[in-house]
Amino acid sequence: MGTIIMQLFNGVSVASILMLAAIGLTITFGLMGIINMAHGEFIMIGAYTTYVIQNLFQTYLPHFFSSYVFVALIASFVVAALLGYLMERTIIRFLYDRPEDSLLVTWGISLVLQQLAQNIFGAPDVSVTTPKYLQGSIQVTKTVSFATDRVVILIIALAAISAVAYMLFKTRFGRNITATMQNRKMAASMGINTKRIDSMTFALGTGLAGLAGCTITWIGSIDPSIGQDYIVNAFITVVVGGAGTLLGTLFGSAFMGVGDTSLEFLTNPTIGQALILILVIVVLQFKPKGMFSSKSRKLND
Amino acid sequence: MLTIEDLSAGYGEGTVVNNLNLIANQGQVTCLIGRNGAGKTTTLRGIMGLIKSSADTLRLDETDLSKMPTYRRAQSGIGYVPQGREIFPNMTVRDNLRIGLEANENSQQVPDYLFTLFPILKQFLDRKGGDLSGGQQQQLAIARALVTDPKVLILDEPTEGIQPSVIQEIGEVITELKSKMAILIVEQYLEFVMQISDYCYLLENGNITLEGLRNEIDLEQVKHTLAL
Ligand SMILES: Nc1ncnc2c1ncn2[C@@H]1O[C@H](COP(=O)(O)OP(=O)(O)OP(=O)(O)O)[C@@H](O)[C@H]1O
Ligand SMILES: [Mg+2]
Repeated sequence: MGTIIMQLFNGVSVASILMLAAIGLTITFGLMGIINMAHGEFIMIGAYTTYVIQNLFQTYLPHFFSSYVFVALIASFVVAALLGYLMERTIIRFLYDRPEDSLLVTWGISLVLQQLAQNIFGAPDVSVTTPKYLQGSIQVTKTVSFATDRVVILIIALAAISAVAYMLFKTRFGRNITATMQNRKMAASMGINTKRIDSMTFALGTGLAGLAGCTITWIGSIDPSIGQDYIVNAFITVVVGGAGTLLGTLFGSAFMGVGDTSLEFLTNPTIGQALILILVIVVLQFKPKGMFSSKSRKLND
Repeated sequence: MLTIEDLSAGYGEGTVVNNLNLIANQGQVTCLIGRNGAGKTTTLRGIMGLIKSSADTLRLDETDLSKMPTYRRAQSGIGYVPQGREIFPNMTVRDNLRIGLEANENSQQVPDYLFTLFPILKQFLDRKGGDLSGGQQQQLAIARALVTDPKVLILDEPTEGIQPSVIQEIGEVITELKSKMAILIVEQYLEFVMQISDYCYLLENGNITLEGLRNEIDLEQVKHTLAL
């Protein structure tokens, strides 16, 4: 029994990381219809931002070292969002309604960003020291314990998706995003600066990728190609869940995370991964638009 | 007052509307009449800046709109009710109305008088815009444009596909509103035009061929053009 619960938690934990990586994609790919191949690199940017913040604390504020995590969470979002904003203003905005071009161009950007990271931080792995309160584990029963950092990542993932849902459905900014994505010309006719909404929405998507990047520094080391480890599964998560819906992202990541770890546990890693991909194909056969179909007209048309 | 001089508008290479002159006065209902394909919608899209267009003058009171992007034109005081209504289908009636606040520089509240004009909207505030009937959507589209607190209200065939009783209601609302703003209506339903308008323009193949006060305009020529 203990093993099964631990195994299940393992799956939930993988799911929560996947979800963090995928929420941003839900926005840029699902809502805006941009295939951003460089999404993974914004995860990488968030991870290196965390690394830099950690180093700054180590050098200048050693007494407060354990609180660098909070600064890093915010900074990774802000840095990735700002760079995303810049990328939208200078490049992406010329690529709306040109999916093939945007695929190629963002792939190029992905390579450039990886190379830049390599030039700045070097090719070898770097890693961050997690503060004490994130190490260790939470003992639930004699045989069941959950790693603290994993629990915190799960909380952050749930908080992030709730915050995004609140923002999209309950705030003026979210209303303007919805209106712009549903009917751009009408939104502009009602006084919405749709170009600004595009930039801000894209920045939100990349900012969330940055946040994901911050949390994955706790569970492994960082290298310039770390984004590549997440991007494929994040795209599959968004597609299988139903592009453009947060509920889809939630269930898509649960499906992928728990499904993958369970199948790997029951068989072995290679077969497990093959099985989950087969399951994805089966789901998409019956529900081509994903488990929860899109609310955005862009993808319905 | 909306003043348009030498407006040309079109899609891609050519122009559909050529050198159009038009004035919509405060306190009046101005009608632009024309048959299918005459360029009525194209004219309005040109005024909104939604398509490629140029004009010697495009002015709302003293504000020059001609260089502004669409959203600034809306903020400057054009309330636009497009053909086909273009309600945001996945948003509630309430949120559809709130979107109009983006162009309202004086208030951040949907005004209550709208629900006196269109009681049906109050009842359906939490319903999805896309789930309303055509007539209800038309009322919502007008209300949404009014939320922007416009200086000129522009309506593109508000009677299209709508049952007579609702057309009647819409006509009454327009008459009630005209003391507060300029109103420009695109129509081809002549009976309705003759009921509500003060001044009419006749549009043929992208050119104005006739204009005049409603009770002075050559009705036979208008009928003849519409029937062609
Ligand atoms: N999006 C578009 N792209 C290219 N041409 C268009 C487009 N929309 C309209 N046109 C053309 O412009 C001309 C005028 O169309 P417009 O929609 O302005 O007519 P209208 O007077 O509003 O007609 P209706 O009464 O049918 O609404 C037509 O010849 C039409 O084919
Ligand atoms: Mg038309």
